[in-house]
Amino acid sequence: MVPDAAWQLFWSSLWPLVSGAITGTIPLALISFALGLVLALFVALMRLSRNRVVSGIARGYISVIRGTPLLVQLFIIFYGLPSIGLTIDPWPSAIIAFSLNVGGYAAEVIRAAILSVHKGQWEAAYTIGMSRARALRRIILPQAARVSVPPLSNTFISLVKDTSLASVILVTEMFRVAQRIAAFSQEFMLIYIEAALIYWVICLALSSGQSALEKRLDRYVAH
Amino acid sequence: MSPTDSARQADADALLTVTGLHKAFGANEVLRGIDLSVRRGEVLVLIGPSGSGKTTVLRSINGLEIPDAGIVTAPDGIRIDYSAKPAKKDILAMRDRTAMVFQHNNLFPHMTVLENIIEGPVQVKGVSKAVATAEAVALLDRVGLAEKRDVYPFQLSGGQAQRVGIVRALALKPQLLLFDEPTSALDPELVGEVLAVMKELADEGWTMVVVTHEISFARGVADEILFMDGGVIVERGTPKEIFTAPKQERTKQFLHRILSPLD
Repeated sequence: MVPDAAWQLFWSSLWPLVSGAITGTIPLALISFALGLVLALFVALMRLSRNRVVSGIARGYISVIRGTPLLVQLFIIFYGLPSIGLTIDPWPSAIIAFSLNVGGYAAEVIRAAILSVHKGQWEAAYTIGMSRARALRRIILPQAARVSVPPLSNTFISLVKDTSLASVILVTEMFRVAQRIAAFSQEFMLIYIEAALIYWVICLALSSGQSALEKRLDRYVAH
Repeated sequence: MSPTDSARQADADALLTVTGLHKAFGANEVLRGIDLSVRRGEVLVLIGPSGSGKTTVLRSINGLEIPDAGIVTAPDGIRIDYSAKPAKKDILAMRDRTAMVFQHNNLFPHMTVLENIIEGPVQVKGVSKAVATAEAVALLDRVGLAEKRDVYPFQLSGGQAQRVGIVRALALKPQLLLFDEPTSALDPELVGEVLAVMKELADEGWTMVVVTHEISFARGVADEILFMDGGVIVERGTPKEIFTAPKQERTKQFLHRILSPLD
């Protein structure tokens, strides 16, 4: 193929790919991350519970999520569950799998962040009359948030890239669009590099968002 | 329990009574039967070598430490019996009427000075933000830190942070102030400004229990001094009794080590 034609294909594919990112990749990542974080907070608190059954459930969940491939988790939910009579559409299947996955990884991040807050902060909160729940919400979590931004950003960036796996359960996110264009044009190298570039740009934007957030949360830390 | 302790317990003026406090960390018995009481307006100072259990006594008063046995009582029927699992509401009630100043100020680093002070009143006691702020500003002004209201704790010196810690405690309007070695972590030149505030509070009639190594403070401000060693109260008395005529050998040795460390 002559360079001119390659450029033409590159430009004509750009919008379909970007639009796949806007309607697929990005909402998939955002929704899964938000749900996953809420789940992770509960799992982290369960894991920190003194009740052995409660912390055991959390431990087991984290172990299963981290010990099995995301692709296999997706397959179980989308292709496996129908055989026991539970059929879930591609989009919800992907959201469920990704949320559960984030929930497992982020739970450990949040647990570590909570533990990193000095014990004296809990005590000070208790002595001004706070309950455990209020101390957690008002005093501990805001400080834990600062600590957990870098590792949670990692989780989020990984998630953005992992959404490409949803293509195998028929979700039309960016990579599925790329596969279609590539198969049609037979320009595999060009199209997959183009898709890779768009993932990279999205992740660059996320990294700068991370820096801005860290800077904001750093306002009360000595430099 | 000795007869004098029973007499103290019967004292209608007692704001706080502690009887039979026992606590072991594993095989290490840190408290072996502590009895004390504090009357309204009184300053009780706990002195003694490191590891003598002073801080554990203080932290048992507001339930930061859960001793193995012992009873803590306060007016209006507050009674925490540590021989069983203490009821949450009793501990909360005790915390409601006490406030604590820590060795490492434990200010909330993510809140400004003002936010630190009004957090308890607004979030826990339900005081309106406007009222709590006005009171906080007045208290800050008293300790000479009015211009620091909007800075974060990391921007304060150790002495300033500790004074803010005291203001945060005062803002709760507690009946009883607990001080846990408030000057031990400070550079020597900053100790005075914190002790000065504490002395003022004592002069104003605040009821205080103070764990400290500052002998001059104990001598000048305390109504009663307890000397602790090895988990027991070795000797108790007025500053004059303890410092000029200590009866127990261990007290004499401790005071000698502290007052003339080079001898």
